[in-house]
Amino acid sequence: MTEFSPRIVAFCCNWCSYVGADLAGTSRLKYPDNIRIMRVMCSGQVFPSYILKALELGADGVLVAGCHIGDCHYVSGNKKAQERVETLLRVMKTLGLDPRRVRLEWISASEGMKFASTVKEFVEEIKELGPNLLGVR
Amino acid sequence: MKQIIKRTKAYYCVECGKCSGSCPVARVNEGFSPRVIVERALSGMKGEIEGDRELWTCLTCEACTTKCPSTVKFSEFIRGMRSSAFNSGYTSRCSQGGLLHSIQRVQSYRDIVQNRLQWISDDLKTSTEGEVLYFTGCLPYFENLFSGFVNPLEIARSTVKILNKAGISPVVSPNERCCGHDLLWTGNVETFQKLARLNIEMIKESGASRIVTSCPECLRTLKLDYADFFEGTDIEIVHISEFISSLIKNNDIKLNRAGIMTYQDPCRLGRHMGIYDAPREVIKSMGELVEMNKNREESSCCGVSAWATCEGNSKLMQIERLIEAKSTGADMLVTSCPKCLIHFRCAVHNQIPVEKEKVDIPVVDLTVAACRALAGE
Ligand code: SF4
Ligand code: FES
Repeated sequence: MTEFSPRIVAFCCNWCSYVGADLAGTSRLKYPDNIRIMRVMCSGQVFPSYILKALELGADGVLVAGCHIGDCHYVSGNKKAQERVETLLRVMKTLGLDPRRVRLEWISASEGMKFASTVKEFVEEIKELGPNLLGVR
Repeated sequence: MKQIIKRTKAYYCVECGKCSGSCPVARVNEGFSPRVIVERALSGMKGEIEGDRELWTCLTCEACTTKCPSTVKFSEFIRGMRSSAFNSGYTSRCSQGGLLHSIQRVQSYRDIVQNRLQWISDDLKTSTEGEVLYFTGCLPYFENLFSGFVNPLEIARSTVKILNKAGISPVVSPNERCCGHDLLWTGNVETFQKLARLNIEMIKESGASRIVTSCPECLRTLKLDYADFFEGTDIEIVHISEFISSLIKNNDIKLNRAGIMTYQDPCRLGRHMGIYDAPREVIKSMGELVEMNKNREESSCCGVSAWATCEGNSKLMQIERLIEAKSTGADMLVTSCPKCLIHFRCAVHNQIPVEKEKVDIPVVDLTVAACRALAGE
């Protein structure tokens, strides 16, 4: 049997985390290629429905990444993101989906290292959890 | 489309416009006209209807159905057209970004193990097998999403308390799934059927011969839309308002006076299922009932159905209805549908376009009100 290779969707905000991801690339940092990055203008734009839909469509994990609190380019979008993720985690618990499949991280434009290590860590964790049951109907 | 037209008798339409005249959406949205939709269908414009965003605006509230002189079943027609649109790749403009539909679809996976019974506190008696099953519906999820301004699970607790009071320890199953109402009414028939099959399995395993629901949509769905799946079984399905009113009639419970109340007929309970009297009897046994101008068959909808299309116009309908409720002078607006409750509360939760005094009337679920009024509690 081939090793389980998770599929992870990452929503990265345009102003910090996406630039952080870019920096990881231009600095030639190594991180697993399990991640599919979607650029959004702000983490506050990521509705709970986007995350659940990604899981429904078979993503094994979802990462939401935005600017550090206080640094959001739309003032408080990341606070909204935090609330939204919390709401979704409550729903996921009721649905019996493992909340560890969803992660919220603050990654600034200069934190290429943090981006790479976050992805590495997340991929390891998801590997332990195994495939998302919604993806294997 | 021809079949849908035939099944819903749309070809009898004489373009009288009674539907548009009685439609709560048409009143606030100039672009919406049930008459025009039927007219288009009759001239074969399938693509135009499927692609029209207004297809998802209808509340399927059946206000027009009760008025139509040609007995066209318009909301059934909309349901049929939505399923055909869904199959062509169109989807509803969902409120909450589609989150609720997503939650409902996830429940159609056989292997998920939900944690939906967290609300059962020690003072409530429930069973795993038995004659009566309480179908809780989406209440645990509503609590997850809307606890900022409503307590949906209080409805579940009140229901069980009242059942306990009548000596019943109902089955409440962790394996229950969403009844599928919203998906069925937004065109996703396939997932609806999956949910239905899983629920039927769960119900059969419980050994129940009677199901109580606290949601009119579950009631309608289990009673009418599950009929084919239930074939060959003899299961009675009742709404909690019918159950409480029979308890009162038999003197099994007594309710204390709880004030002056006005009542919102939920579309599914009223026009869809014809249940108008039971909730009113419950109200009369715990207080005085003052009717709004529009009541019973004439009642206006709470503005959103099946989590399809929540927009400015929905809020207008809600505010209008709340003003009407407030002007009756009642102490509270009672409804017997969790969604009516959520929609009305949501409408006044943030900014409102009118003075607050005009709409500030508490909205209370019938079962919760009855449970609070239980004598000797
Ligand atoms: S079902 Fe209700 S919302 Fe839909 S067209 Fe008829 S009256 Fe209007
Ligand atoms: S712009 Fe980065 S989180 Fe809002």
